[in-house]
Amino acid sequence: MAIQTKMATGTSSSSASTLADMTSGGGMAAPAARTHDGPLAIEARNMNIYYGNFHAVRDINLQVEPRKITALIGPSGCGKSTVLRAFNRMNDLVASARVEGEVLFNGRNIYAPEVDAVEVRRRIGMVFQKPNPFPKSIYDNVAWGAKVNGFKGDMDGLVEQALRNAALWDEVKDKLKQSGYSLSGGQQQRLCIARAIAIKPEIILMDEPCSALDPIATLAIEDLMKELVEKYTIMIVTHNMQQAARVSDYTAFFMVDPKRTGHLVEYGPTRQLFTNPKEKRTEDYITGRFG
Amino acid sequence: MQRCHGREIVAGIMFEQSKPALGSEIVAEASMAYTGTAIGASELAATGGDGSDDLKRHFRLGESLIHSVLVACGVLSMLTTLGIVIVLGIESWRFFRVPEVTLWEFVTNTVWQPRINEFGMLPLLSATLMTSFIAMLVALPLGLMAAIYMSEYATPRTRGVLKPVLELLAGIPTVVYGYFALTFMTPLLRTILGKDIVEIYNTASAGIVIGILIIPLVASMSEDALRAVPSGLREAAYGLGGTKFETAIQVVLPAALSGVTAAFIVAVARAVGETMVVALAAGAGPNLTANPFVGAETITGHIARISGGDLSYDSIDYQSIFALAFVLFLMTLSLNIFSRWLMRRFRQEYQ
Repeated sequence: MAIQTKMATGTSSSSASTLADMTSGGGMAAPAARTHDGPLAIEARNMNIYYGNFHAVRDINLQVEPRKITALIGPSGCGKSTVLRAFNRMNDLVASARVEGEVLFNGRNIYAPEVDAVEVRRRIGMVFQKPNPFPKSIYDNVAWGAKVNGFKGDMDGLVEQALRNAALWDEVKDKLKQSGYSLSGGQQQRLCIARAIAIKPEIILMDEPCSALDPIATLAIEDLMKELVEKYTIMIVTHNMQQAARVSDYTAFFMVDPKRTGHLVEYGPTRQLFTNPKEKRTEDYITGRFG
Repeated sequence: MQRCHGREIVAGIMFEQSKPALGSEIVAEASMAYTGTAIGASELAATGGDGSDDLKRHFRLGESLIHSVLVACGVLSMLTTLGIVIVLGIESWRFFRVPEVTLWEFVTNTVWQPRINEFGMLPLLSATLMTSFIAMLVALPLGLMAAIYMSEYATPRTRGVLKPVLELLAGIPTVVYGYFALTFMTPLLRTILGKDIVEIYNTASAGIVIGILIIPLVASMSEDALRAVPSGLREAAYGLGGTKFETAIQVVLPAALSGVTAAFIVAVARAVGETMVVALAAGAGPNLTANPFVGAETITGHIARISGGDLSYDSIDYQSIFALAFVLFLMTLSLNIFSRWLMRRFRQEYQ
C-alpha cells in the first residue's frame, strides 16, 4: 500500500471509491457500470502513454473483471495494442515509451519504482499477434517459462497439463521433441498459449492472436479462450469485431483524435456495447460506417 | 459489306508491316547474341520498320559498355583467384615430384629442415594450430560477450558509438599488433609467469594478440547474427517473465547459433592466415612442441621468412613454400565453405 501513496495521482485504493471517482470525474471514457463490488483483475487509472514526444494514448480508465474476456477494439492506430502492452509492462522494451498514471494489480501499482517488470510478466502472460515459438522443441517451448520462473516440480506433468489446456496435447503428444516450427500456424499459436499458461499467470493478454491464422484455426483459438476464461482473466486486442462479439464479455472501444492520440470512447458489457451503444461514435464504428 | 472489306485491308496492311519489323528483330537479336558487335546490331535495327514501331528493342551503347566493364571486373577477380590456385597447384605438384620429397613424408615427418631435405610440415602446422587455438580462446568469449552486450543490452546510442570504435580496432595494421605482441604482451607474460618459463619468442603471446585482433570480427559478425533474430522471440521470452540475461543466453543466442558459429569459423580462418603477428612474435624456427611459451614457427611465419630471404627460383626451398601455401589455402577454403553453409542454414530458419 505504501507504493500507491508514492504515486502522483494519490487516489485511494478501494475499487468502490475509484468507481465513484471515475463516474463523477466524467472523462471521455465512461466506465462500465459495475453490478458488483468484487475485486478487479486489473485496473488502469488515468493512464497516459507517450512514445518520445508523441502522446500515443490519453486518460485511460479501465476496470478489468476477473475471469472474463475483455476485448479491446477500435480502428488501426487507436492505441489498443499499446494499452494492452501497458498491462504487463511490455512497453518497457521500447526505449522511447513512457507510461504515466497507475495500473493496479492486486492492489499494487505495477509501475511503482520498486516493482520488478519481470515479476509482473510472470503473473501477467502474453500471447502475440504472430505465433512466435522459440527455436526449441515443443516440450522445451512450454517448459522454458516455467524453468526461468524457478519451477522445480513435475515438469513432464506441467507440460502435459499446459498442452492439454491449450487443446494441443493430442496433436503433439507423440512429437514433443520436434521443433516448435514443425507445427502449423494455428498449432504454433496454441503452443504459444500453452507456453503462457504453463507459468500459471493470473491474466493472459492476447494481442490479435488470430490475425495470422485461417478461419478454422481462429475458431479453435476462440473455443480455447472460452475454456481458459474459467481459470484466467483474458484481455484480447482484435481487429475483428465479429470476434469481439463472439468471445468477449466486456468490450472497450478506442478511437483516435485529430492529434493521433488514442483514447477510450466506451467500455461496457459486450452485448450492450454492440446492441445499444451509448456513444454515437461507437455505433458508427460497429455498424461499419467508418474504420 | 464495304466496312467489313475495309477492315480486312487495314488488317492486311498491318500484317504486312509487322512482318519485316518482326524479322529484323530476330536477326538483330541473333547478331547481338553471336557477334555482339554494335555496328551489326544498329544497322539491322535501322533497316527494319519505318520508325512507326515504338516498342522496338533499342540498342543502348552506354548500357552495353557498362555491362561489359562490370562483367570484365567480375571475371577478372575470378580469374585472379583461379590463377593463384593454379600456380599454387603447379608449384606444389613440382615440389612433390622431387625424389627427396613424398606426400607421406610431408604429412607425417616431424622435422622441417629444408637444408637437410627434411620436409615434414607437422611442426609448422602445429604452431599454426596452437596460435589459432589460443587466439580463439581469447576472441571467442570476449567477442561473443561484446556482441551480446551490443545487441541485447546497449542502448541504440551506446551501440552507435561502440560498434564503429570496435571496427576501428580492425583497421589497425597487423604489423602494429605484431610489435604490440613482442614489446608488450611478451614482457607482460614474462613478468607474470617468470622469465625462465616464457621465452622471448613464444606462441602464447602471438596467439593472444591475434585473438585481440579478431575480436572485432567475432563481435561484429556475431552481433549481426544476434540482431537478425526476430524481435518476436525476445518479446515472447520477456512476456514469459524471462530476465534480460535468460532471454539473451537461452533464447536469442541459440536462435542465432549457426550465424554465431559461422562468425567463429571466419575468425579461425583469419587467425590461421594471420602472418605479421606470428612472424614478429612467435619465433623463427620450426619447432614441434605443445608448450605455448617457447618459440615455434607457423606456416605463415615460415613462408614470410623464407620468401623474404634470397631464395633461388626453382630450388626445392622455393617450391616447398608453395606446398605450404596450398595447405593454408585448403584450410581457409574449407573453413569458409563450412561457414557459408552454416549461414545459409541460418537464413532459412525463420522463413
